[in-house]
Amino acid sequence: MRFIFKTDYEQDIRLFKHSGQKFWYGLLMAALLAAPFALDEYVMSQVHFVLIYSIVGLGLMLLVGFTGQISLGHAAFLAVGAYTEALMQARGVPFLVSLPCAALFAAAAGFVIGLPALRLKGIYLAIATLAFNVIVEEGITRWESLTGGNSGLHLKPVELFGVRLDGDTGFYYVCLALTILSILALMNLLRSPTGRAFVAIRDSEISASCMGVNLAKYKTLSFAISAALTGIGGALYAHKVTFISPEQFTLLQSIELVTIVILGGVGSLHGAALGAGFVIVLPQLIAVAKDYLPGSVAGSGLQAIVFGLVLISFIVFEPLGLYGRWLKVRTWFELFPFYRKGMFRRQKSYMKSERLR
Amino acid sequence: MLNQLLQLSVAGVAQGCVYALVALGFVLIYKATETVNFAQGDLMMLGAFFALTASVAMGWPYWATILFAVAAMAVVGMLLERIVLRPVLGQPAFTVVMITIGVGYVLRGAVTMIPGWGTDTYTMPTPFSEGVIKVGEVIFGVQQLAVIGMTTALCAVLYLFFRFAKLGVAMQATSQNQLAAAYMGIPVRRVNMLVWGLSAGVAAFAGILLAPVTFVHSNMGFIGLKAFPAAVVGGFGSVPGAIVGGLIIGMVEALAGFYLPEGFKDVAAYVVVLVVLLVRPSGIFGETARKKV
Repeated sequence: MRFIFKTDYEQDIRLFKHSGQKFWYGLLMAALLAAPFALDEYVMSQVHFVLIYSIVGLGLMLLVGFTGQISLGHAAFLAVGAYTEALMQARGVPFLVSLPCAALFAAAAGFVIGLPALRLKGIYLAIATLAFNVIVEEGITRWESLTGGNSGLHLKPVELFGVRLDGDTGFYYVCLALTILSILALMNLLRSPTGRAFVAIRDSEISASCMGVNLAKYKTLSFAISAALTGIGGALYAHKVTFISPEQFTLLQSIELVTIVILGGVGSLHGAALGAGFVIVLPQLIAVAKDYLPGSVAGSGLQAIVFGLVLISFIVFEPLGLYGRWLKVRTWFELFPFYRKGMFRRQKSYMKSERLR
Repeated sequence: MLNQLLQLSVAGVAQGCVYALVALGFVLIYKATETVNFAQGDLMMLGAFFALTASVAMGWPYWATILFAVAAMAVVGMLLERIVLRPVLGQPAFTVVMITIGVGYVLRGAVTMIPGWGTDTYTMPTPFSEGVIKVGEVIFGVQQLAVIGMTTALCAVLYLFFRFAKLGVAMQATSQNQLAAAYMGIPVRRVNMLVWGLSAGVAAFAGILLAPVTFVHSNMGFIGLKAFPAAVVGGFGSVPGAIVGGLIIGMVEALAGFYLPEGFKDVAAYVVVLVVLLVRPSGIFGETARKKV
């Protein structure tokens, strides 16, 4: 076990707490930078999706994991980002302008859906965001003059500083840079007063407002930031798949985005990335497994079953998600042989009732 | 003009009855265990498949298929509560919601794997033919009237059950205050399990009523997503609210489908729910007391 001897206040605000972290994250960084030269094209395209879903997962993590607000409508923000990017590119707006615009439009949408969130809690908020998602999806389908309706929109490769990023490699570095920027931005946000206010709202709205946190301001802000990140993810997603249509942004997509957060581990930034990786890798594993299974089992339903079972077993057996499991394994090794079973159990676990009587 | 409106209303009410029954399932479970069951639509789908097997493969009469499907689903519902939901009792509401979403995925996938069910679409025979009844200028479908009649009958049975049966009263007590109910000698956990069974049974009934309209297929459960607005409009946690909410959503949909441009029919339910949430955040019949610290 490593003990950090603090001799300086500066140590508290360093991004890397000790040299071990510097080493391992440096190694990860080097691996990610070298990835396009080592991996084949198909694997690389999956890595693209992991990065893009990580950005979206980070956005959703801020909302669900750190502000405690529920959203079943994030596919709508993804759609806003994707369509903004597609439409602006078609009108010749450079990528460096259209990407912030995608984030901005998504943030505006997030602000709008954040307004009812001030009065709604729990399941009512989930339903409101769900309704928002359905309305946006239907709106995109019907507004054919702008969005092309069900026939969708095509996108060209990204052009950056006059260089056309035709191959996947150039676009990969764009995705990587944006992912790292998002992580750094959220890390800094979460230790600022704003981030602390989010966490306070998550833990108890009443206490937070008693401590002087303006609930209205911070809830809408959380929705807006979360939607902005999702919008960036949407813009990248649009470029990656090069063709967008309304059926990519359904409620099922929203649910998949939420599972990223749940599987990764609610309340940790690592969880967003781990969950994104898991959600992308799982269908690949199932596709491989299908070759070894009898025909009746290997139908279209297999993926749904496996997905559902994974979700259920994670919540029953590992509510802290992948990152929680990793922490437990690490602690087990660090403390060997003193690891106890209940070390990660929450101190107080009681039935939290939303009911009034 | 008026005839047309009347005709649309009957169609809307018939559709609303199905929404109301699914919403009723949500509300029963929510009141008892504070769990929002996103798998309710998929339970309905499973119930419809049970009924399909009973009526087509085994050739049972209509009333027997209903009894069979409801009983089978009641068992499924109780098993679900016991195996999946009870271990996560007391976890945050959203986690439990995710688990029911997972259950929905599993049910949807499992149905496609069972031989004879699969991914195909089936029609279920009913004794109510495609006939119509003419009252003056207005034409009513027998099917729609049957749906309305059967829903009314089920509601009456449920009302009598909650009002007079010992178990029904116990369920009411449990959903109002679990601790007090336990002190009165009610086995709260077993009652909760039975509530899940009851709710799944109601879902199966809804599935049978819906089967002639949308046919039976593995994705028919998505109609459950329209029953959410119904439950929320009525106020999550109010049984009469679920019925009223379902009827409102059904009516609005039928009218929007006819009078408004194409596309509004599908979003009408969600627009209504957003408006209701903005005006009355806890629904029409919901309780609006303040939370005490």
